[in-house]
Amino acid sequence: MLKQVEGSISTAEAIGLCRPEVICAYPITPQTHIVEGLGRMVRSGELKNCEFINVESEFGALSACIGSSAAGARTYTATSSQGLLFMAEAVYNASGMGLPIVMTLGTRAIGAPINIWNDHSDAMSMRDAGWMQLFAETNQESVDLHIQAFRLAEAVSMPVMVCVDGFILTHAVERVDVPAQAEVDAFLPPYDPVQVVDPREPISIGAMVGPDAFTEVKYLQNYKQNLALKLIPDLASDFKKRFGRDSGGLLRTYRTEDAEMVVVAMGSVNGTIKDTIDEMRADGFSIGLVTLVSYRPFPTEELRNALKGRKHVVVVDKSFAIGMGGQLAADVDHALRNVDGAPHALSCIAGLGGRPITRASLRELFRKARKEPWEGMLFLDLNQKVVATEIEHMGSMRRSGPIAENLLRRLSVTPAAE
Amino acid sequence: MNDAVKELEPTQKLKFYQKGTFTVGNRLVSDSDRTVQASLDRSNAITCGHRACQGCGEALGARYAVDAAMRATNGNLIVVNATGCLEVFTTPYPETAWQVAWVHSLFGNAAAVATGVAAAMRVKGRKEVRVFAQGGDGGTTDIGFGCLSGMFERNDDVLYVCYDNEGYMNTGVQRSSATPPAARTATTDVVGAEPGNVFGTGKSLPKIAMAHGIPYVATATVADLHDLERKVTKAMSIHGARYIHVHVPCPLGWGAASHDTIRLARLAVESGFFPVFEAEHGVVTGSRKIRHRIPVAEYLKPQKRFAHLFKGGEDPRVARLQEIADRNIAEYDLLAHEGNV
Ligand SMILES: Cc1ncc(C[n+]2csc(CCOP(=O)(O)OP(=O)(O)O)c2C)c(N)n1
Ligand code: SF4
Ligand SMILES: [Mg+2]
Repeated sequence: MLKQVEGSISTAEAIGLCRPEVICAYPITPQTHIVEGLGRMVRSGELKNCEFINVESEFGALSACIGSSAAGARTYTATSSQGLLFMAEAVYNASGMGLPIVMTLGTRAIGAPINIWNDHSDAMSMRDAGWMQLFAETNQESVDLHIQAFRLAEAVSMPVMVCVDGFILTHAVERVDVPAQAEVDAFLPPYDPVQVVDPREPISIGAMVGPDAFTEVKYLQNYKQNLALKLIPDLASDFKKRFGRDSGGLLRTYRTEDAEMVVVAMGSVNGTIKDTIDEMRADGFSIGLVTLVSYRPFPTEELRNALKGRKHVVVVDKSFAIGMGGQLAADVDHALRNVDGAPHALSCIAGLGGRPITRASLRELFRKARKEPWEGMLFLDLNQKVVATEIEHMGSMRRSGPIAENLLRRLSVTPAAE
Repeated sequence: MNDAVKELEPTQKLKFYQKGTFTVGNRLVSDSDRTVQASLDRSNAITCGHRACQGCGEALGARYAVDAAMRATNGNLIVVNATGCLEVFTTPYPETAWQVAWVHSLFGNAAAVATGVAAAMRVKGRKEVRVFAQGGDGGTTDIGFGCLSGMFERNDDVLYVCYDNEGYMNTGVQRSSATPPAARTATTDVVGAEPGNVFGTGKSLPKIAMAHGIPYVATATVADLHDLERKVTKAMSIHGARYIHVHVPCPLGWGAASHDTIRLARLAVESGFFPVFEAEHGVVTGSRKIRHRIPVAEYLKPQKRFAHLFKGGEDPRVARLQEIADRNIAEYDLLAHEGNV
């Protein structure tokens, strides 16, 4: 049914349609509205046969999910930022145990300095944790990806994180088509676990594994993600057949047919990039876009095919590994490794801590990529003056004080507009 | 059963015990009071072949506690285990000593995992299946404390059993918040001005559990396995959050002889150093009386972790440990008096 609705609410409705049996989460902005919505649905009886558990922390939340999933219940949780870090140990544990939990990550920056706004630092912090990670571009895709996520997770018995940009999507009111229960039921069969703790068939799960078998257990985790690489496109096409929409898949291309320059990005920023591409195409600039939906598993081959033969590749990362560079950029480099005449991949870091990514800045960025390509990271819209002043200040005295507060003070004296 | 004993039963409460040990053997009690292990159809949740040290109190306590819970639930039990000695010595890959549905996730989350298992059982209509979480003192009083308090506060239908060997044994005997003052651990070494663990630190988890107002809290020791089984059985007859704190000597960590495990647990009780009691909804309902009071030094002396207290003359800190025992005796009414046996 088409409706004008906040992203968190349509996402919550989609999760409800997946008939989760246990929901356990801890509040953190910007994930809150999703969980509140689900809590309301369970209390009102709209969502039947579901236990909604309020817990004392994110670590407790994912731990309870581990218990319910291991006991054979379809299980859901949601978090953001600090919350994901607080559950980090359980994040690895859930995937190591092969539990098909579905999590929404309302993506948000990680402190310090504390910041509630969107970027992808949280998702990137767990990119190696063994979870599959799917990035939604729109609230419609958030709805659709969650429905696919449960089927994907349960098919390979591995957890899936659906990354939905905090505020930009979670709090945006958009037109969304929320499917009917019968349609979702037909797409998503009841959960049939591959392993379950049950007194009827007592087994031990979570045993200590030494050097004799650890490599093999990890190999099989990776094997499952490889299976998912094949499964994700199948799910997307089955989804399209039933629901009539292109949603999910490993990656999508936009105006890449003849493009000399191809941009690679994940999440909601793809909308702005598409608008920019349309404008630049009108000016005769040959540019296209690869929207990466599945970050884990990483579709190396599909990406390589989409990028090889191009002149320029620009990767827009909404996070970066401090002391190294953009994570997505590094993975794109990896995909281009050993490719003859591979295009030069340029890395741009943008939108950190909620900084808007404007069409004007993107246009300038893409032009610069063609005219004067750079090495390393380019920070989009970095306030060079403030940075230079602080560097000078730090060099001028030992007790230079806290950087964040120094910057804020300086910005309040010389407003950001300057 | 011995007829003479049967005759005595209705008129005389148990007041006699095996000479020298102050324990009541199976032979002296009625069938219904005998241990689970004495029955032929016992469940034997932990089989032999596990890798615990000889004389491990935790292995013994866990075996009796889980078996009692198995019997109380007719085998419809799911056990959630925290990381620690018990988890490591029972599941050396690819073997498992558990004959019960068993899951281990992390060090600090057993209570929360148990909450999740209980929720799954509820939603699936498996009313008969009960959940039993267990961990060491470190996994319970320290790193797992947040999850545990959450489980208590929500009154989730979980029995949590803590095997308190007063330290992080699995990682090589470091101090936990259950380590007694003066005890030597790897992180409270017997060096410096105040050797061993610091006085005035630590916490009583049973008391904290009681403060949550949960339906049942009890303490027990491996010196009285009947009592442990009875408490587990009772706990399984109740729904909601329940907590049992079991004192389990660790020969390796305490520097004690393997054959002294039961004796040490008994001396801990008889000295008043470890109070054995029960509480319902936050109120103490009864305590196990000391049969033969001993000075706390008798409990401390066989343990190398306290050896530094007995080098040379009487260390004044022994008196401070005695004060702890005396306070327990007063607080939990541990001395037998008329009408109270
Ligand atoms: C998060 C985390 N921190 C530390 C450890 C290391 N560790 C494993 S078991 C253990 C000690 C367990 O102590 P306790 O809970 O008292 O059980 P015991 O071994 O004494 O029976 C520690 C510190 C861990 N596994 N996980
Ligand atoms: S170290 Fe202590 S608790 Fe661990 S197995 Fe040995 S005796 Fe048991
Ligand atoms: Mg311990």
